[in-house]
Amino acid sequence: MARSLREVLRSGEFVITSEIGPPKGCDITKMKYHIEGLKDKVHALNVTDNQSSVMRYPSLGGAILIQELGGEPILQMTCRDRNRMALQGDLLLAYSRGIHSVLCLTGDAVPVGDHKSAKSVFDLDSTQLLRAIRLMESGKDLGGNDLEGKVEFCAGAIVTPEARPVEPQLMKFEKKVECGAEFFQTQAIYDLDNFRSFMDYARKFPVKILAGIVLLTSAKMAKYMNENVPGIFVPQMLIDELASAPKGQALKKGIEIAGRMIRQIKAEGLCDGVHIMAIGREEVVPEILQAAGIQLDGRKQSNPGE
Amino acid sequence: MIRSITKQKPFEEVIRLLRDMERVFLIGCGTCTTMTHTGGQAEVLAMRKKLAEAGKRVTGFMVIPVACDNLTEEALQENLPAMREAQALLIMTCAFGVQTISRFLDIPVIPALDTLFIGKESGLGLYQEICTQCGECILGETGGICPVTSCHKGLVNGPCGGTNDGKCEVDRNKDCAWTLIYERLQKQGRVSIMRKFQPAKNYQVEPKPGKILLPLERSEG
Repeated sequence: MARSLREVLRSGEFVITSEIGPPKGCDITKMKYHIEGLKDKVHALNVTDNQSSVMRYPSLGGAILIQELGGEPILQMTCRDRNRMALQGDLLLAYSRGIHSVLCLTGDAVPVGDHKSAKSVFDLDSTQLLRAIRLMESGKDLGGNDLEGKVEFCAGAIVTPEARPVEPQLMKFEKKVECGAEFFQTQAIYDLDNFRSFMDYARKFPVKILAGIVLLTSAKMAKYMNENVPGIFVPQMLIDELASAPKGQALKKGIEIAGRMIRQIKAEGLCDGVHIMAIGREEVVPEILQAAGIQLDGRKQSNPGE
Repeated sequence: MIRSITKQKPFEEVIRLLRDMERVFLIGCGTCTTMTHTGGQAEVLAMRKKLAEAGKRVTGFMVIPVACDNLTEEALQENLPAMREAQALLIMTCAFGVQTISRFLDIPVIPALDTLFIGKESGLGLYQEICTQCGECILGETGGICPVTSCHKGLVNGPCGGTNDGKCEVDRNKDCAWTLIYERLQKQGRVSIMRKFQPAKNYQVEPKPGKILLPLERSEG
């Protein structure tokens, strides 16, 4: 059994989380392979929820699988696809299956995904979902009714420290703290100077901050993210570094960059940990950790030769 | 002035809806669809021509001054004979007009337009939705800009992470409602009201479909 995320967050250790993207379809072989490869190398694994508004195997299914395989899941829940009744029901199901950590997100907009004509829900937003969780812990649902049994969640949220203008994002961050978020995983950060100033501000709040590390796989991908992903700014220096890699070595360079950033964040004690997102490349997360010089203590290491 | 904003259905769809109906009477509206050039006199005449080319017989046409008004009942009387001659009324008004007309006549109605939203003209030919009649107005705490309508996700507690340089993730040309709200509140020195937590909205303020009996007398005090 893995230690609970809350326990790890409170231990003062440098926290490492990563994420699993469920498949488009019912074949969970690859997801299972990724979970087995990562569950003992990180403290907890997020499962994305119809990421980028693309319909997939549900995050709850992935989280249950992680739990069954002995890992610590962080259930990502967006407000895009379910109303308050469905969200609360899924929280009850999650809790009953041993899933005690939830990341509350608003969710990407429907038109950016693969079901462009779908109805978007957004009955709640991320702050209201956090508040709903804390309400349920008090024994009531959003309809004011009593709940049988007690739920308790380690609830978190996300923040985009590189958004412009940043002040509205910071006000939302504070609202999430007030609504009960106890940890934050940030959107991808690349500019450590900017992140330092965010942390100077964020340190004032009683929450744990895990810096978002998104693996860069090529200069082209970095440029694409700059142009298309809100709140992500890859500095030109890193793009040049990726471009300078010999042919076929860009991924290796990306792993090196991610490892270097994690190493620096940890060495400086910039924040409480990192959240590694190797979108579609989950299998290289161990290499990133190796590049960062990180090996989890007190945890069963994965099978040798794997 | 608020307007019902419409667009014409593809002509192929109009023809599909008029399948097995050879004789058609056309109705336009002198108000919103005239202004949006989707169902005024000119568009009605153009439709008449296209229908004729498609082998339909247009028994007559009219442009009702305000199709959604109850006076429509009287306006329709003038053309009853030509309408009765038709197998369908092809209606180039918004859906308010279509339903008003269908209330007064038992002739099949076919909409030629799709009603997009209730909005207003904010620039030449530019129409915007600014209120979705949610029944719980929060404009007093959002600088007079409605995020329920103007934010793609209808968020009431501040921007999502999809905003970028004041634009929305669904369209780089669309302003982020929360950036607009932030900027306006900043000018007014009231940014701190953005910190107020807005609880989950009540979607049953007026149970759908909205229907309310208002007092006929003026309220005192």
